[in-house]
Amino acid sequence: MMPTLYLPTDSLARAVGADEVSTALITQARERNLPLELQRTSSRGLYWLEPLLEVDSPQGRIGFGPLTAADVPSVLEALSSSTEHPLSLGLVEELPYLKTQQRLLFARAGITRPLSLDDYRAHGGFEGLARAVAIGGEQTATAVFDSGLRGRGGAAFPAGIKWRTVRGTQAAQKYIVCNADEGDSGTFADRMLMEGDPFLLIEGMAIAGLCTGATYGYIYVRSEYPDAVATLRNALEIARSNGYLGANVGGSGQAFDMEVRVGAGAYICGEETALLDSLEGKRGVVRAKPPIPALQGLFGQPTLVHNVLTLASAPLILAKGAQFYRDYGMGRSLGTMPFQLAGNVRHGGLVERAFGLTLRELVEGYGGGTASGRPLKAAQVGGPLGAWVPPAQFDTPLDYEAFAAMGAMLGHGGVVVADDTLDMAHMARFAMEFCAEESCGKCTPCRIGSTRGVEVIDRLLAAPDQAGRDQQVIILKDLCDTMQYGSLCALGGMVSFPVASALKYFPADFGLQPSEAEQ
Amino acid sequence: MPDVELHLSVVNTLLERHKGTPGALLPILHDIQERIGYIPDAAVPEIAHALNQSQAEVRGVISFYHDFRTAPPARHILRLCRAESCKSRGAEQLAAQLRERLQLDDHGSSADGSISLRPVYCLGACACSPALELDGRVHARLSAERLDALLDACREDA
Ligand SMILES: Cc1cc2nc3c(=O)[nH]c(=O)nc-3n(C[C@H](O)[C@H](O)[C@H](O)COP(=O)(O)O)c2cc1C
Ligand code: SF4
Ligand code: FES
Repeated sequence: MMPTLYLPTDSLARAVGADEVSTALITQARERNLPLELQRTSSRGLYWLEPLLEVDSPQGRIGFGPLTAADVPSVLEALSSSTEHPLSLGLVEELPYLKTQQRLLFARAGITRPLSLDDYRAHGGFEGLARAVAIGGEQTATAVFDSGLRGRGGAAFPAGIKWRTVRGTQAAQKYIVCNADEGDSGTFADRMLMEGDPFLLIEGMAIAGLCTGATYGYIYVRSEYPDAVATLRNALEIARSNGYLGANVGGSGQAFDMEVRVGAGAYICGEETALLDSLEGKRGVVRAKPPIPALQGLFGQPTLVHNVLTLASAPLILAKGAQFYRDYGMGRSLGTMPFQLAGNVRHGGLVERAFGLTLRELVEGYGGGTASGRPLKAAQVGGPLGAWVPPAQFDTPLDYEAFAAMGAMLGHGGVVVADDTLDMAHMARFAMEFCAEESCGKCTPCRIGSTRGVEVIDRLLAAPDQAGRDQQVIILKDLCDTMQYGSLCALGGMVSFPVASALKYFPADFGLQPSEAEQ
Repeated sequence: MPDVELHLSVVNTLLERHKGTPGALLPILHDIQERIGYIPDAAVPEIAHALNQSQAEVRGVISFYHDFRTAPPARHILRLCRAESCKSRGAEQLAAQLRERLQLDDHGSSADGSISLRPVYCLGACACSPALELDGRVHARLSAERLDALLDACREDA
């Protein structure tokens, strides 16, 4: 008897050859007359091992990876003769990278089939919804509030306050909007969750709907994620035909339904009010606040806007209780965070841990240092608007407040690692260029300032002498200030973070002496 | 039937389908582009009329979003990721390789209509940077050799 085999359908696993491995497995098993049971599951998020094939054993699943189609004959040979294979990793759940994680949100990652309702239910699915139906909206809001959950989209605003606000506002129609625009480089947790565990997001949104009295929801997914869109649309159908959406959600007697909308390649549509305008069929232009979306959001109605990970945390909080959740973390950063290791890192992937581990533990421990083997230069934390953090500051705990205190941010938890070959002047210039490209155009400091920023950096790099460089540094810093304080949203307001940190910690890349950049 | 008429019948069917959809403009534009390959100019007045908006508003939306095209695309669309994670793994060298081999700039289309280059800012493949998307399919852990092989494959079926 051949044991059951598992291989991810995740788009990144496929981008590194999972489908080719799958095809090879199927055809070669047929040639050898081996009965093959192959399940396509979500990914564990141990991406450096993808394509990662897992095989049932009495002790648990054994991993093989990273595989190519060419490895398939020898793997099948090893399996049918019970011999060792050089790419065998042993028990997957004993791999230190995974074993030391605290997987709450990604508890099912790599284990279940994304569109199998049975798999989902067998692993705790819909327990949170059942609990929410049983205790009612008021207590659901209290649970979310007490859990200490903060928005995972970047701003880290306490979720419970928003739930209470939307719940407490009277309106003919309220909405739940899921922000799945995940535009930050270095992040992929939303994608993994939507492709791998779509019912979890649906369950979270249904709980939010029942609690706040919203009867309709939208998931706004970036167009760069077509697999997530397709998986979610299929999952919605399945959820609907099983009574988890529709007129009587989970037996609550309340109605809630939703649909997927696709973005169109605009980074600014990740900002919540620009996203709402985009959903309304307009250009994605940032709105001035107030009014806040919780009071006047989509089509002017009260709207709960949350990131994918925030909404997907609700089922767990309801099922296990607020106290269970807040027992993870430190200070005011409670629960777990799916950190994402990217860039020039040996072991890129998803690391879900309680807040409070240090950046060094993440990058050097889990990440194993740079992929190139060259010296570590810096890590950009929190996306394109996050600061470049030099290794000297890597002992900072991953906690919202600790990062804010050093002029950085955790954002959506993405970490881009760089070795000593990455030119920070080029990266600073790119930050400004990106801002110019993606600005919604509403405020002058952002729209014009970002273009000026590119020019100033070019002049700084071209300056023939120290006097010329000094002059450009003064202009650049002044420009960063103007943008920081004169912009409506964080695109213009925080692009100074990557620019100023590059200048401060890596002056040599700009042709400067340390003292010149410091002044 | 000439193109315009064919396009208009597609457009009108789609407009009909989205009649009751709130905030329908983006779904409509996506559907048109998926069916026709781009947003033909003749579609604009139809959309504006159906949504009770001005043509300027509709054009404003089309030009705001990077995804929407107003001319037919090349046979192959290659979008190389140029965001931070991929840059830290050599995306700029790959961009130079593309420019050199195709003799195109970062936004260019080859004269024979076989390939268009576009930058993209993150494909969610950052754990295996660098990455690109070719005709809707993501390829990660790119190297100079793999990029060459992908381009060879494009040329073969050109
Ligand atoms: C320029 C910009 C881009 C943003 N992009 C995203 C994004 O891609 N995904 C996201 O969830 N939040 C993004 N945000 C944050 C949202 O505006 C908003 O705070 C978030 O959706 C609220 O959800 P949360 O409470 O769950 O964090 C962005 C903000 C700004 C200023
Ligand atoms: S800072 Fe930039 S992106 Fe944000 S509202 Fe102003 S112009 Fe728009
Ligand atoms: S930065 Fe290139 S895939 Fe994310």
